[in-house]
Amino acid sequence: MAGDHIIDLKHVSKRFGDKVVLDDINLYIRKGEFVTLLGPSGCGKTTTLRLISGFLAPDEGEILLNGKDISGIPPYKRPFNTVFQRYALFPHLDVYDNIAFGLKLQKVPEDEIDKRVGRVLKLVSMSDYEDRDVESLSGGQQQRVAIARALVNQPEILLLDEPLAALDLKMRKDMQIELKEMHRKLGITFIYVTHDQEEALTLSDTIVVMNEGKIQQIGTPTDIYNEPVNCFVADFIGESNILKGRMLRDRRVAFIKHEFDCVDEGFGEDVPVDVVVRPEDIYFTTDPAKCQFKATVNSCIFKGVHYEMWVDTDTGYELMIQDYDPYEVGTEVMLYIDPDDIQVMHKERTRNVFDGKMVDETHVEMIGGVFECLPQPGLSGGENVKVEATFEAVDLLDHQEDGVVAGEVHFLLYKGDHYHLTILTDEGYHLWVDTNDIWDKGDLVGVNIAAADLKITKCDEA
Amino acid sequence: MKRSHWSIPYVVFLTIFVVLPLVLILVYAFQDGSGHFTLSNITKFFSDSDALGTFGVSIEVAIENTLICILLGYPAAWILANKELNRSAVTIILFIMPMWINALMRTLATAELFNMLDITLGKGTLLFGMVYDYLPFMIYPIYNVLNRMDKSYAEAAQDLGATPWQVFWKVTVPLSMPGVSSGILMVFMPTVSTFAISEFLTNNKIKLFGTIIQENINSSMWNYGAALALIMLVIIGITTLLTDERKEAVEGGLI
Repeated sequence: MAGDHIIDLKHVSKRFGDKVVLDDINLYIRKGEFVTLLGPSGCGKTTTLRLISGFLAPDEGEILLNGKDISGIPPYKRPFNTVFQRYALFPHLDVYDNIAFGLKLQKVPEDEIDKRVGRVLKLVSMSDYEDRDVESLSGGQQQRVAIARALVNQPEILLLDEPLAALDLKMRKDMQIELKEMHRKLGITFIYVTHDQEEALTLSDTIVVMNEGKIQQIGTPTDIYNEPVNCFVADFIGESNILKGRMLRDRRVAFIKHEFDCVDEGFGEDVPVDVVVRPEDIYFTTDPAKCQFKATVNSCIFKGVHYEMWVDTDTGYELMIQDYDPYEVGTEVMLYIDPDDIQVMHKERTRNVFDGKMVDETHVEMIGGVFECLPQPGLSGGENVKVEATFEAVDLLDHQEDGVVAGEVHFLLYKGDHYHLTILTDEGYHLWVDTNDIWDKGDLVGVNIAAADLKITKCDEA
Repeated sequence: MKRSHWSIPYVVFLTIFVVLPLVLILVYAFQDGSGHFTLSNITKFFSDSDALGTFGVSIEVAIENTLICILLGYPAAWILANKELNRSAVTIILFIMPMWINALMRTLATAELFNMLDITLGKGTLLFGMVYDYLPFMIYPIYNVLNRMDKSYAEAAQDLGATPWQVFWKVTVPLSMPGVSSGILMVFMPTVSTFAISEFLTNNKIKLFGTIIQENINSSMWNYGAALALIMLVIIGITTLLTDERKEAVEGGLI
């Protein structure tokens, strides 16, 4: 193991009841690093933090501090301090006593406490507030006291659980700069939890993007932004156009029914891929030689620094473009994309594949329901089969009871001319759907697949 | 109809049943038998060693009862509010349920129990009866405060290096003080004025302040009785003010 790791998480899993909150997490954090755990609510980021601080114990796997397992060490003996989301300042103590709480427990001499409290108060620009009642402070001031209370104990690692979530935008921006500055001055490790991608990009040395209890990508802010590894990361970090594409050969990719040069290699020839283009990377041009495709502007909104425009391409796709100059709605424009700015990603899947079991010659049981299928000569009831269905073949119905199985829309992506939906069934199965209909996250749907669209093959005897 | 008219029934009620009796107590306390103004009822109390003695005993018993209730009630409330130790709401109801039965009947039953077990009635049985009667009034407010306490305070303390024992003494106990002061109010005040419990559980061997007020009024000594009642009112008023002041610091309390 590398010597500069301060924290190692190895194959860590955590369940609450039946729900898997963390699924085989592997992660290391280097000494002095500013690491951010980023993800939507329920992705497991706070659970990860609580495992490190010791308020939760992992069901599987181990957590190492400087190479030593710390599973058996209770939170009060771990050399970490936490800044809690709602600060958790003790209302019965004043600012000074809140900050001195940890030092008094360690029986640090009185004059030493005085000195150290004075120093951290200065660090968080809260000198002269020693005697104030914590409840008389504003949110931002309570935040500073909470940070001071954690830092005064000189922890090896500072854990921050969405510390800025309760502050207003302006204050949040100021505190971000101050946190970054504190990190630079103190040189200790910061582990920061947030759902705010912009905050993560601003603050971090390393970002860990999490979703549904799994790590999606670990990288520097620029890596994560410029080279997302999958649709989830591309969609979660910043704005993006995520499109279905086809890698024709090395450095040549087709999407929105046009061909483009790119810089990606090694995908193979004629392979289906996903393509991400950031809205600020699509450029307007007046030079027909540079133009790669044409489009018509269909909306244009001023966003402060830039304009956000939606255009319809000549091939029927919708793209988002950000530019400093507005184009009037209805204008026909010429566009191009630099090869550098096209991010090609492996498709996680190209179709639905389910494990099933034949009920009889024309019925197959899978994902918690019995589906009708075309007669399968040679397959008898009870036989295990593999069932495939394309994304387009899955029908979504408004009423859950009309479908063979019921579920909800779990995640959705707009892919320029259609939506790509992840459906989570009530039984806990995932399936993926391409559709032109508009659904919202959380919509309850019935799921059906036409008999002719199910491709059934016998399972190989294992 | 104006909205303020809705308050008329309450104003009438309060006037007849609260304000008027208080005024009557005040008037009677400063009158002699023939209706002339006098301070003699008050001075009589302060020169009557029997009355003063009873008063002292009352305060002493009330303080003892309150202390015992805190010592027994706080741990009980803490266990009830701890989700790992107490997973069911039924146990809380069991603690509260004695309050559903009339206090007089409970006291009579307790007295019978002592008789049956041949236990001599005296101060011990008096305190037992009082604790039995008033313990739920101590447990409930403390339980409420503990139950609603944000557990992130305890976590923050642990995070700063406090052992579970230190978390309890340095965070949980100070933060639950509003519940304790509500409990003190609800136990101390009624014990000062009660007379039924001492009557049944000591056969009037131990007289409390409430007992002498009752005796005076029963023997038609209205003016002296009223003066004693007024003195008790002042005492209770002072305790309430004292506990109120502490309550301002931290939000919380009874229900």
